[in-house]
Formats: sequence, C-alpha cells, structure tokens
Amino acid sequence: MRTSRNSECHPLFAADSSPQSCTVTLRFEDELISVPAGTSVAAALLLKGAGNFRTTPVKSSPRAPYCMMGVCFECLVEIDGKPSRQACLTTVSDGMVVRRQQGASELSTLIEGDQNGK
Amino acid sequence: MENSTVDLAIVGAGPAGLSAAIEARRWGLSVVLLDEQAAAGGQIYRGVDAANERRRSVLGEDYAAGAALTKAFAECGAQHIASASVWNVGRDMKINYLVQGRSASLEARHILLASGAMERPFPLPGWTLPGVMGAGAAQILYKSTGALPTEPVVLAGCGPLLYLLAYQYLQAGATIKAIINTTQRSDYIRAARHLTGALRGWRDLRKGMRMLEQLRRNQVPVYAGARDLSIMGAERAESIAFNHKGKQHRIDSALVLLHQGVVPNTQFSWSLRARHAWSDTQLCWIPETDEYGQIDDSGIYIAGDSRGIVGAKASATQGRIAAVAVAATLHRIEAGDRAAREKALHADLRSQLHIRPFLEALYRPLDAHRIPQQDSVVVCRCEEVTAGQIRKYTEVGCQGPNQTKAFGRCGMGPCQGRLCGLTVTELIAQAREVSPAEVGYYNIRPPIKPITIGELAA
Repeated sequence: MRTSRNSECHPLFAADSSPQSCTVTLRFEDELISVPAGTSVAAALLLKGAGNFRTTPVKSSPRAPYCMMGVCFECLVEIDGKPSRQACLTTVSDGMVVRRQQGASELSTLIEGDQNGK
Repeated sequence: MENSTVDLAIVGAGPAGLSAAIEARRWGLSVVLLDEQAAAGGQIYRGVDAANERRRSVLGEDYAAGAALTKAFAECGAQHIASASVWNVGRDMKINYLVQGRSASLEARHILLASGAMERPFPLPGWTLPGVMGAGAAQILYKSTGALPTEPVVLAGCGPLLYLLAYQYLQAGATIKAIINTTQRSDYIRAARHLTGALRGWRDLRKGMRMLEQLRRNQVPVYAGARDLSIMGAERAESIAFNHKGKQHRIDSALVLLHQGVVPNTQFSWSLRARHAWSDTQLCWIPETDEYGQIDDSGIYIAGDSRGIVGAKASATQGRIAAVAVAATLHRIEAGDRAAREKALHADLRSQLHIRPFLEALYRPLDAHRIPQQDSVVVCRCEEVTAGQIRKYTEVGCQGPNQTKAFGRCGMGPCQGRLCGLTVTELIAQAREVSPAEVGYYNIRPPIKPITIGELAA
C-alpha cells in the first residue's frame, strides 16, 4: 500500500470567506478541530482534509462523501459512539466525538451501540 | 411528539413542499411540513437564509429568489419539523419519522410528498474513490458553507447543473482545470427538433447561453463530445482519462466532480406501491398520478421533481396545484375560486415546462455512462457489486433487480438501491434485450431510512 488508508490529505475544499467568528470544537479521531458552527459534520471533515471517511464492510475500500444530501450513505461515520451516522445530515456541535467507520467492525459496533444506546 | 390529525402533511422543504404549504395555508388548512435538513429551502435553495451577500450574488438571482419563498413559508403559519428523517409514509395516512435520535409519528388527512431529485448515478471506473463527488454535492458544499475547491478542479459529464456550477465557481474565484463535456454532436441534432418549444422558454435558454459565453471568455478548457470516462487512483482520485475526438487524454486532479443530470427521488412512491412508468426521455421511473399529483385515490399526492424532473419553478407550481386540490376535497375553497386558481396555475406550469423536452434531448446521458460496459465497474456502491457480476446473474436466469439481491446482496446496503437501482434496471434490460419497464425496479419497503431498534424504542 502506497499511502496509509487513514492518512489525512491536503484539503480538497476551503471556506471562501474569512473564518467565521462562531466556531465549535470537535474531536476527529484523536485530533481536536475547530470548525464553523452550523456546518454539517461531512463539510467540516472535508474542510479539514479528512481524506476517507470510512472503509466498506465488503472489501475495506476507502470512501468519502459523494452526494452531500443524504442519499448515498458514503459519509457514514461514528458520532459520539453511535455507528453509521450520516455525516452530511448531522450538524456539528461542541465536544462532539467523530471517528472513521472501519468496515469490518460495523456490525459489532452496531449491536454494541444499540445495547449502549438509550 | 404526537400531533392531532392535520389537514395536510408535507414531506420535503424544497420549492414544491414550501409552495404547497403556503398555498394550503392560504385556504385555511392546518399544515405540518417535515424535512431532513436543518433549514428550509431543499437542495436548490440550500442555506439561502444563512448565506451572506457575496454567496448569494455568486449563486445568482435564481438562488437568491429562494429567500422570498422561505420567508413566505416561515410566515404562513405551517408547522415546520426540521432535521426530521421520514422513514415511513403509509396508505393509512400515518407518517413515521426520526428527529434527534427519537422516533415520532403523525396522522394527516392528506399527504404531499415532495422529496425532490437526486443526481443521476454516474457508474464509471473509479467513481467510488474519495475525491469523486457529484457536481451537485460540491454545489451544496458551497451553498451551505462557502466551500470552494483548493486546487484547479475538473468537472465532467453533461447537464445544466454542470455548467451552472462551473459558472458559479468562476464568479467565486475558483479555478477550473477542465470541463469534460460528454454531450455529443448527435445530441445537438436530436435537441434541435425541440428548439421551437425551447424558444418559447427563451428566458431559460438565454441564461444558459450567457453562462456558456462566460466560460469561453474565461478560457476554461472544454473537451466537447468526450466519451469513455474513467477515474484513476489507488486510495483516492488522482486523474481522469477520457477519449476526445479519437485521442486518449488524461488530466491529473484530486477532485473530480461528476454530473449527468438529476432523477426523481422515488423512494416514497415505490414504498407506497404506486405504479411507475419508465420514461424513455428522462431515463428514469415516473410515479403514476392524476393531474393534481394524487396516487390512485389514496389522498397522497406527489409534487415537484420526485414526480418527474420539471425544475424548481414548475415544482413550486405543482405543489400549489396539489394544495388547491386538497383544499377542494376538504371544502375549504369555493368552486369559482378553485377554477380561477387552477386556470392560472396550469398556465404557469405550461410556460415553465416549455424548455424541458429540449433539455432532455440535449443532455441525455450516454448509454455507456448509464450502463457500464466494463465488467469491473462497481454498480452497487454499498455492497460493491459490479456490472460484470450483474450480467453473470442474468446469464443464469436473474430476471430483475429484486433477484440480484439474492444473488449478491445488490441494492441491500444502507442506500437501499438509491445509487444503483436505475443502473441495475437498465443493465438487466440490456442483457435480457427487453425494455426497462419489463425488468422493473426493486421492491422498496419501509423503513426507507435506516433506523436502529434503540431509536425505535426511544
């Protein structure tokens, strides 16, 4: 493998205007990142150069958002311990913990998440 | 949260849903509107209330006009339930939805589905790689957060939205490395037959011409009539290859934005077992409704792009037409008022639809870009089922999309066939040498959004 699957890359997107005054801080993997308030988790991670968001359950292929409107389910990540959250439909909030969803573990975290969840 | 029975429940806060809500309130109906996004506007007016002046000016007056619609909606007295994922709409007139991790339901006398459109799947080699997105997806990113590509970007495919995004990117100061345009000479010839209709919609036509002129003036490299697109990369997109005038080209880019038109989001109408017809001009399924958009005599209506692609303005009109029909059923509008209102709305609709046959003919996506001929192309992104596998299933007797599920889990991932359904239908139709109508579509069953047992119980 030439590059690490989880390596971050140069961001593909950047916000056009000066940084907004209102930001929130969330944890992505083991890093604290500040992002504009009101954006979706998917937009926030793209602006930070997250590279891939998840790997697939079948072949562990890397994936990232494709549609940004809730139909493709490629942006599934783990948010605050809950697996398979649609990052493009979730608004960022302070203290949120976001992790990449690694394909093979999806089922086990889903069951675990259900048991731990309310 | 439980509501008492409302007169009209609307799903979707785009032009159709918002206009329907405003019209229904005008005749005194109680209205609840559910939408998956945090703010009203749908994808076309995404983020319009929060956008600053600069962003609104870049996106143009058609976008900025959405602010008047969201304002009128906010003031009309309809209840707006935002960030709500509707996972079931039943013929028993019940709607189940998920909001903030909890399931809730409501009952309505009538229901209007206005779930809009989605970008047509573009199954190419490498289209699953990170760094490959829909042009519409990139436009949503700009509308909602002002995000622009950091490096010169490649746009590929066909359709008005591709050129619109290119134009908007230029206004915003982004650099376009190339536009790989898959519209062929034969498409222009086919479209010319519909030019008379298009000229009656001359305002739309003029807008398009102005955009193309701007691209020329900015000397954006355009590869017209390109075909055989494929994206290369190991872990993410690195380059795009294509054939242009018989020569093979390759352009390096970490971000490739694809687009070949939009198709109706028909998840609800399929889950309701509505009949659907295959459209040979729009190359997608169209739910069968009466002239007001009603499915059978169900009390459930469809308006806007989810009933066949008509564009934002016609979607709004269809929403209003459905709302007037509902008001009439509930005896809230007098016969004379109804007739006058319907006459005016139908006149609007006719003029808003003039340009459609021309656009459909000109921007018809290439067969090879809808029905991948290379066996290795991933069709079902969720379960990673390839075109070759689906052709193999057909060889051993697979007749339609539902059977591909049993053969190889095709269409059974979280997107529930949204990103592969049309491709699978057309692939099987081609392999079996029958029409897409004969092949049919997946059986779509609720929940149409993934929901956990925990959320259901919460």
